Amino acid sequence: MSRESTAVLDQPSLVKPGHRVEADSDAAALSRLRRARAKHRALVWTLRAAVLAAFFGGWQLAATYWLDPFYYSKPSLIWDRLYGWFAHGTSKGSIWSNLSVTLQEAVYGFVLGAISGVVLGILFGRAKLLAEVLSPFIQALNAVPRIVLAALFIIWFGLGMESKIATALVLVFFPVFFNAFQGAREVDRTLVDNARILGASRLQILRAIVVPSATSWILASLHTAFGFALIGAIVGEYAGSSKGVGLLISTAQGTFDAAGIYAGMILSTVLALLAEVVLGGAERRLLRWRPPAGGTATTTL
Amino acid sequence: MNAPTTSPIVRLRTATKRFATASGGVHVAIRDVDLDIAPGEFVAIVGPTGCGKSTTLSLISGLQRASAGTVEVQGRPVTGIPAGVGYMFQTDAMLPWRSVLANVAAGPAWRGTPKAEARTRAREWIDRVGLAGFEGYYMHQLSGGMRKRVALAQTLANEPSILLMDEPFSALDVQTKALMQQELLRLWAGTNASVLFVTHDLEEAIVLADRVIVMTASPARVKDDFPITLDRPRAVEELRTSSEFVAIYREIWASLSGEVDTARKVASRVA
Repeated sequence: MSRESTAVLDQPSLVKPGHRVEADSDAAALSRLRRARAKHRALVWTLRAAVLAAFFGGWQLAATYWLDPFYYSKPSLIWDRLYGWFAHGTSKGSIWSNLSVTLQEAVYGFVLGAISGVVLGILFGRAKLLAEVLSPFIQALNAVPRIVLAALFIIWFGLGMESKIATALVLVFFPVFFNAFQGAREVDRTLVDNARILGASRLQILRAIVVPSATSWILASLHTAFGFALIGAIVGEYAGSSKGVGLLISTAQGTFDAAGIYAGMILSTVLALLAEVVLGGAERRLLRWRPPAGGTATTTL
Repeated sequence: MNAPTTSPIVRLRTATKRFATASGGVHVAIRDVDLDIAPGEFVAIVGPTGCGKSTTLSLISGLQRASAGTVEVQGRPVTGIPAGVGYMFQTDAMLPWRSVLANVAAGPAWRGTPKAEARTRAREWIDRVGLAGFEGYYMHQLSGGMRKRVALAQTLANEPSILLMDEPFSALDVQTKALMQQELLRLWAGTNASVLFVTHDLEEAIVLADRVIVMTASPARVKDDFPITLDRPRAVEELRTSSEFVAIYREIWASLSGEVDTARKVASRVA
């Protein structure tokens, strides 16, 4: 990025001979910055692809020459299994129907858990006495290893989707609840005072101030919460069901099919990543009012 | 100055406010404060930092109750937030997730004005404080001075008859501060509102007010009450160098400096 080369792009007739050009044009500097950024992005993605290739390549090699693929499987076998599932269906019906069941369970559990977590969290955050009285009980409930409830829910609700939705719900509820609670308590006092003076009622303060200011807390919890919903659905299916990714995994385990277990893991990972993209988009929309992460920092040209 | 001594709009009699401290003691913020503010009058309260000036405002606004004594606004004892009160806080109190327009429209809308009308009124005030064109901006996109303008527009959009201001310009740089003082005088001249302006900046107090009240070091009581007879309209920046201003400044500073010294001694004993 020599100064001469860009100065030539500037109108050379305007540059006095012998005078070092201080300002090559803003546009030139900007486009240079843009090019440098694009280059950097390309580098990062290339390296990421390399990491992935090294991991799977290494695994493939190791499983071919040293390890027993019966226990550890290998990428080509997993790929075959995934391909087989999508091309010819699984032993439990078409792969799409299994994916759709798992996704539905996770989404229902997530939505119900998030709604109840947000509503109760904000309620507890604003009602001091309620929070004071019930907080030890909530702590105790939170300490229960909730994943075990999956077994109980199968007894209560049967092998259908309901028991998995219930498992996902309890897993989602607590992180969302605690964040909503914290968010509702950390509302800026001055904002509330100002609103009161301006004439806002309690309900208006709740809607205009408490809920929006708790939103960033709540959204932060929703990211991890969808992961929990998926775990809840899959563990529920694993514990007993007639369809779903968890069932595929448990069937694979029953037939000592390591590749099938890995394939199930990959599918659930993809589901989680897709959900992350959707949630990330929703978060950016809802938090548009926030200053960009880097503040108003500038980049030197 | 422009206030007839009829029934005061704000009336404090032996108002006292105590707080429980974290260490289990009692802190008396203000003690036996008597204060009358006439309709349309601009009163500034000066005193050493942390002496309880802001507490006086929060008693009048109804945000806090007096521990003893009476606080009346427009002849009625303060129980909740009195009607007709506006309050401009020292720190930013705008909602960061709302645009300028939505923030300024908030007051009228919360008081039941239909949304469209509230927005029309908000636009007028945004225009009046000189922010036309910034309606769609969020707070983080505005400078400190612009945020103060939004706060001013928000408060004034409710058309208060008493405007309480708690060191609103203390965080601004000197030039912006002078500009905002001038703006405040200009906007206030168009209303019939009384203003109670708390500051630790004596220059600011004199430049703005009809009366400057000096409060003592903590616990705060009213020490002195100086009428400011400078002509209006005032040009804030020129006024500071006039001999009249300097004379008034000297007179009030003689009263205030003793309190500042006391406050400093207390502070250094604590430190």
